[in-house]
Amino acid sequence: MPNRPQPAFPEQDSEYFWEGCKKNELRYQKDSDGNVIFYPRAHSTITGDGNLSWHTSSGLGTVYTYSVVRQNRSPSFAELGAYSVAYIDLDEGFRMLSTIVGVDDPTTDIEIGMRVKVDFEQQDEGEYPVPVFRLVD
Amino acid sequence: MAQERKAAIGGIYEWPKRVDPSVSSMQIKAASIKAALDDAGLSWADVDGLYDAGDGEGGGGGLGLAAYLGMNPTVIDTTQVGGSSYEFHAAHALRDIASGKCKVAVTSYGSKAATLRTPIGTGGPRGGGTWLSNMENMYGSTLISNYAMVAQRHMHQYGTTTEQLAEISIATRAHAMRNPEAVQAMTDLQFVGVREISVNDVLESRVLADPLHLLECCMISDGGGAAVFVSPEVAADLKKKPVWILGSGEATKYRENDGDITVSAGAQSAPIAFQQAGITPEDIDIAMIYDSFTITVAVMLEDLGFCKKGEAGQFIADGHLRWDRPGLTINTDGGGLSSNHPGMRGLFLLLESVRQLRGESTSQVENAKLAVAHGNGGLLGATHTGGTVILAAD
Repeated sequence: MPNRPQPAFPEQDSEYFWEGCKKNELRYQKDSDGNVIFYPRAHSTITGDGNLSWHTSSGLGTVYTYSVVRQNRSPSFAELGAYSVAYIDLDEGFRMLSTIVGVDDPTTDIEIGMRVKVDFEQQDEGEYPVPVFRLVD
Repeated sequence: MAQERKAAIGGIYEWPKRVDPSVSSMQIKAASIKAALDDAGLSWADVDGLYDAGDGEGGGGGLGLAAYLGMNPTVIDTTQVGGSSYEFHAAHALRDIASGKCKVAVTSYGSKAATLRTPIGTGGPRGGGTWLSNMENMYGSTLISNYAMVAQRHMHQYGTTTEQLAEISIATRAHAMRNPEAVQAMTDLQFVGVREISVNDVLESRVLADPLHLLECCMISDGGGAAVFVSPEVAADLKKKPVWILGSGEATKYRENDGDITVSAGAQSAPIAFQQAGITPEDIDIAMIYDSFTITVAVMLEDLGFCKKGEAGQFIADGHLRWDRPGLTINTDGGGLSSNHPGMRGLFLLLESVRQLRGESTSQVENAKLAVAHGNGGLLGATHTGGTVILAAD
């Protein structure tokens, strides 16, 4: 199993998001006007209003852009070999940084525009599964 | 709009060495300030404004630097917005000097990134437990991969190629080979091949984060320097001709749902600066653009208005970025790609602009009268800042 850095708490904005990951739910927010808010916060980035509601995403999205990291000196990633990082546009209208896993060769098998679905990746250490994405079809 | 000349850069200094274990960052800052004041013909006691990005051992910024220098400034500005901090300092100095708050202000930089082997581009997550790090640290995004994701999207959206982007590396290397300090830098940093480079050299260098190759990434060096900002009254009586700050613009941008990451904060800061300066991009003789990576320059050429969004690849493909060819010239000192990048390169954009407008560059563009310096701080494609400064010869 991978051993990615875990979120650290107390941290008041992202805690409910990560509690969702434990239940295999990818959670996002909307403000009272229906604007999608992400990353999690306690205020609307459109209006400043504090009245936000939580929703659960279908986990389906599209690759907006990506890169394949060939060199990372951080101990958590130094042993991984080449791995992808990507911005995923979720169908509900929010964009998140993540990674696309489960491909033979990330340098050739990923393209912008591909459809992906979230998967909650268990970690060697730490209680929070990390939302990653896999190609669909 | 009439051009107003309310503040100028009166003195500059660039630390000549790129690997220097014998000094501290604070020593580089202090010695550079002294040398820049000497360049202007001003004295230590003349300084009444201090701008600082919080670099140097201790990182004291407004609290620490004045004490170390032994100065008592009455304007203290510690704007820290990454590598573009020095464009912001120039902008604020223009504002503060124009309003009469100070007459002789300094900004300085010192860094030991090479000696300390700081993994600026390939380091891992920094600090956990914030609203942002809790959402991103787990994915192993490096500084380079942020820029790489912009390049990947730019290529997808507009058909930009590595062959086109390579022209930026080629031009800056050509300039570096004419700059003895840059040649020494590449030698001291053990570059493979201290010589002019070709498209093939770039294509054949290893990929650090797709699609960016090693020769599309800036070096990591020691270094530093200083600039002295002065009022028109002070500017009238300097050792050298002043370089006027005509206009400035500031902006920030970040990951946004539905945002276009091929557009940088520069698209917001540049028009503000050009409007204040009363000129257009067509009037510019020389552009100093933060070349952290090739893609940074390509995006900025578009956002500064030298070509339309998406057309940078074609704009640069004919090789005119070199000093000795007709058309827009960039980064005549060799840039971050081939002269120096201690971490926050924005200062050097101002310094080389001043050298060009004084006629002192090692790759001097004939009759250079108007320059733009555009710094990008932070992570292009993610949270970053853009600082645009328009400069004019006396």
